Amino acid sequence: MACSRALTRYNYRVVILSLIYAAFLIAAVYLFKHQLLSGPIAYVAAILPALPIIGILGAIGRYLTEETDEYLRMMMVRQALIASGFALSIATIWGFLENFDLVDHVYAYYVQVLWFAGLGVGACFNKLQAARGVL
Amino acid sequence: MKNRLKVLRAERNWSQGDLADRLEVSRQSVNAIETGRYDPSLPLAFRIAELFELSIEQIFTSPSRENDQ
Repeated sequence: MACSRALTRYNYRVVILSLIYAAFLIAAVYLFKHQLLSGPIAYVAAILPALPIIGILGAIGRYLTEETDEYLRMMMVRQALIASGFALSIATIWGFLENFDLVDHVYAYYVQVLWFAGLGVGACFNKLQAARGVL
Repeated sequence: MKNRLKVLRAERNWSQGDLADRLEVSRQSVNAIETGRYDPSLPLAFRIAELFELSIEQIFTSPSRENDQ
């Protein structure tokens, strides 16, 4: 994908949010491991690492509004749709397997991990379609 | 959608990058439009037409008339 100005800004935001995520996660793990948190503050600390991840979703939304190149915007929309389909399909299958006690429980936030992996699948799909001369 | 973008660009000795700069889009967009992989929106089609000082119909072939050619 070409590096438009909007894409450069998006990449910058994702890097910053990823660093914030790492900092929040390390801090939360340390505080919980040493049992330094309890009560409402524990809930706040547990939720903190989720916020930059939600921020990345916001950054994608902002990219889609800032991107003036309609073709690149369409590519990102398709990538995000593929990511959603990928993550939700696996989550649904896993949910039923878990429901019938065939697999172990997995934390719900792994759906987000799958979604980010799905963005990679979507990027590969976009490149493959472009190489094949298909939209 | 079939179009004459490649020919019009070649007549002016413009690379895909040159055309992309003039249209303020990415080179990938120009490539996708040129090869018929992506149909531009009406505003972008007008920008292309205005750049070449032609009508949209002189650049893009209506899909319903593609078989006539």
